[in-house]
Amino acid sequence: MSSERAASAEPARRAGPRPPVKATLSPRERYAPLAISVVSTALVFGLLWRVITSSENWPLIQRQFFDVDAMRASLPQVFSGFLVNMMVWVIALVVIAVLGIVVAIFRSLTGPWAAPLRVFAVIYIDLLRGTPSILLVLLFGLGVPALQIPGMTTSRLFWGSVALVLGYTAYTSEVYRSGIEAVPDGQRAAAKALGLTQWQTLRFSILPQAVRNVIPALLNLAVALQKDVALLSVIGAREAVREAQIFTARTFNFSSYIVATVLFLLATIPMARFTDWVTKRDQERRLQRTL
Amino acid sequence: MSTPRVAIDDLTKYYGQTLVLDEVFLDVDEHEVVCLIGASGSGKSTLLRCINQLVPFDHGEIRIDGVAIDDPSFGKTGLRKRIGIVFQAYNLFPHLKVIDNVTLAPRKVHGVTKPDAEARAHELLGLLGMEEFARKYPEQLSGGQQQRVAIVRALATNPDVLLLDEITAALDPELIGGVLDVIRDLKAQGMTMMIVTHEMGFARDVADRVCFLEEGRILEESPPQELFSDPQHPSTRRFLQRIIEAGRL
Ligand SMILES: Nc1ncnc2c1ncn2[C@@H]1O[C@H](COP(=O)(O)OP(=O)(O)OP(=O)(O)O)[C@@H](O)[C@H]1O
Ligand SMILES: [Mg+2]
Repeated sequence: MSSERAASAEPARRAGPRPPVKATLSPRERYAPLAISVVSTALVFGLLWRVITSSENWPLIQRQFFDVDAMRASLPQVFSGFLVNMMVWVIALVVIAVLGIVVAIFRSLTGPWAAPLRVFAVIYIDLLRGTPSILLVLLFGLGVPALQIPGMTTSRLFWGSVALVLGYTAYTSEVYRSGIEAVPDGQRAAAKALGLTQWQTLRFSILPQAVRNVIPALLNLAVALQKDVALLSVIGAREAVREAQIFTARTFNFSSYIVATVLFLLATIPMARFTDWVTKRDQERRLQRTL
Repeated sequence: MSTPRVAIDDLTKYYGQTLVLDEVFLDVDEHEVVCLIGASGSGKSTLLRCINQLVPFDHGEIRIDGVAIDDPSFGKTGLRKRIGIVFQAYNLFPHLKVIDNVTLAPRKVHGVTKPDAEARAHELLGLLGMEEFARKYPEQLSGGQQQRVAIVRALATNPDVLLLDEITAALDPELIGGVLDVIRDLKAQGMTMMIVTHEMGFARDVADRVCFLEEGRILEESPPQELFSDPQHPSTRRFLQRIIEAGRL
């Protein structure tokens, strides 16, 4: 079928100007599909809304979760907490991106002298990737400040963030490593043949290609971290979830959680969409290259 | 007798259990052009790769101007500064523009300044009719254009010996002539070259000596006129017969 279409398209292209695009569509043919989509979607969601709001528990739900006054009252604290989340997120992203590369390089080094670094990288990745993030946050966020080591900060927020950074560095380095391994051998051969040292080969040939290969995967980790910064609430750091919790404990109303939820969604949905867009563009680029 | 530029002595190489090069002896003098011909899998590419230490070998010795290639005096990258190689599959750096592909080694390995390296690169690109593609990425070029960039990249470091592995295999027929001219120019300038090729016309035209390889051995080596008109070894005769039947001579 597709070959038929290709065959009929061919002469048209050669003839120069394309024929006008199906000018014979009647308004009915043109708008019917759109109208059906809109009406059916509205119908389904309207019905759903009806069912939910007509349930006898609805007034209670509305009061507990969607109390506008409570939302307005909790917004300032929750929002200032959310700024802490986003600050931790941005700083952690930068640190993780750098540390991840370092660990990945350690792991992919060859030669007997690099063995200690290689072993370190393997152990590090196994330990940190295998431990639940929440345990890391508790261990570092509560544990390290409790040591009272002179000269070291006892900020729980700081040490909790360090835990997230260490955990995500393990994931990130594995992503980088898969990117490094995906670079064809011919690239190493070419760089070597030109006289580049092992380090120069990595720096100028392998890493730039590896990073470009794994950008979508890295962005996915960034989205995951954007939510995981909420884990800092378990050690009492004054971020969005913790602030919402405090408000709830005081008022016995859960609307502040909804505020926090909405704030997170406002950040994560665009980020996830951006990731999808980059991933799609990346796939198209690869497809073009193989054609 | 003077020291050959490249001396290959009793070279033997295995890939795992497979014998790929079997006691190869070959001397290439300065200014000499040697073509390597032979069936697919006969070990031609492997021989070139052994010379600039891209792959290790099991037995024998390779010397450049009398110095073994694993001699410490070459240092880490000294050998690669003397030998340029162009691959069958181009192996250009896809993330770098043509001009940066060409100037990377001169700048980072040889310490040439950026303006000097780029001036030389433009000169060489112009010679191969690639000047207008300097700011393009490899994936924006045809295979033949990419191969010409790869040749320029290998020449940009001014090597003493140039190893060419089927460089015309990807070129359109009308482009082969241009590359041939470049190789002939290089020969006129005294470049020492070892050329693997399936283009017998090209070999006959440019080679001082042609070596026929089969199963990792050099079965016959002689000047092109002799080898192509009067092959001594039955295997060489069979090989050339097949080539003639395929219409490539
Ligand atoms: N990396 C490798 N690992 C294992 N075997 C290899 C490897 N590279 C080459 N070989 C084998 O070594 C032999 C010689 O290969 P080589 O590439 O040198 O042949 P060639 O003469 O260049 O062939 P062609 O004309 O097809 O390029 C072949 O049998 C091949 O299968
Ligand atoms: Mg080959």
